[in-house]
Amino acid sequence: MAGQSDPHLSIFSPSEVEFVAEDEIVEIVPNIRMEALNMICGDFGPFFPQIASKVPLWLAVALKKRGKCTIRTPDWMTVDRLTQVLDAERESPKEFQPLPFHYIEISKLLFDHARDDISDAYLVRSLIEDIRDVRFHKVETGLETISGRTHAVKLKNLSAMEVNIVRPFMVRTLQAFYKHDSPQMIQQADNIGSRPTPVTDRGPRRDLRRR
Amino acid sequence: MSTWEDDESSSAAAAATTDVDLLKRAWRKEKASPEILRFDSPLVSRVREQIQLLEETLDDFAESGVDDLVVSLYQMDLDRTLFLLRSYLRLRLQKIEKYMMHISKSEDLLSRLSQQEQRFAKSCTEMMEKHLEQSVLSKLPYGYDSVTRQSLSSTEDDMVPEPQLDTFVFCKTKSDVGAFQLDDIGEEVVDLVADDLYVLRYKSIKGLVENGQIDLI
Repeated sequence: MAGQSDPHLSIFSPSEVEFVAEDEIVEIVPNIRMEALNMICGDFGPFFPQIASKVPLWLAVALKKRGKCTIRTPDWMTVDRLTQVLDAERESPKEFQPLPFHYIEISKLLFDHARDDISDAYLVRSLIEDIRDVRFHKVETGLETISGRTHAVKLKNLSAMEVNIVRPFMVRTLQAFYKHDSPQMIQQADNIGSRPTPVTDRGPRRDLRRR
Repeated sequence: MSTWEDDESSSAAAAATTDVDLLKRAWRKEKASPEILRFDSPLVSRVREQIQLLEETLDDFAESGVDDLVVSLYQMDLDRTLFLLRSYLRLRLQKIEKYMMHISKSEDLLSRLSQQEQRFAKSCTEMMEKHLEQSVLSKLPYGYDSVTRQSLSSTEDDMVPEPQLDTFVFCKTKSDVGAFQLDDIGEEVVDLVADDLYVLRYKSIKGLVENGQIDLI
């Protein structure tokens, strides 16, 4: 993707975003007995067979890989909920629906490692893909509305991975407009007479996209 | 839908108490901000202590024959924390290397570094100056031989790389900030409510980042 040649614009790598997402808490149902784990990142357990317990995603995946637990699909990752979200995403062209901040990474990790624990996995997966597509389309149309008068962009409910993907474009666009809109640039243009726009004529600039 | 948000905020509140979580926040902020931020020495030394403690515990485990599974889980926890700490420290060193002269000029910026980082910045700057002096500047005519200025006619240090504070950053509000003025003139005002996500100019929200009212993502 463009912008990746400049490491300062894409500041998080996708694997770093995933690393952060792995700390999200999920519910597991262990099939073994295990003492409580007092870790640097927190205390979890004790674990008893068939008794649900809350752990970070990385721990859940580690146990799942060894066949020691099943991972409970989060509430939002069900066909009903996701269908609602997809409909709502389609209905409101300017708003993003609230989803977990790391919904893309969480669902990917669960599909990769705990597919058998997800009911209607195929449908859930295609729903999430559709939701992603609709949301990205909104981000792209949003980018088109940025102009020299944009000093702030509101993106409520945009998720971590979406932020990371759009960051290079967004930052570069805003920077370019900001640079060309700055009084010094306009003054310079005045001096060489190529653009006779008096600075004082420029009204208050405020174009926040309502979300 | 409210349950998701509740879940998220309650788990975030519970997790925010661990040092790893604080370090993760510091790491993200440091990554996202164009300039170097204040080093949290107490936090880093607390995390270091915990890492050391866990390393010792893992040694004990090896001797006492604790279940392999448990050992491997603790090892993962250790590796994750080590990654975070290393990445944070390296990131800061990269920034210091890039802006060493700019940082060395300002007491305020220098005070943001840890003691080791200050030493690093100092020796790095000295070496760079010496190198530039020997390889290029000594061969240039009088008036053009300054490390920091293009020529004698420069009115400011125009050869010192500085972080671009005008850049835009993605930020998320933790709690209501209220109406916030984006520039000096007061023409641009945004109303920052809790959990909002904005793309704003770093310079204008610098204060909010420093006092922790806003998170960079």
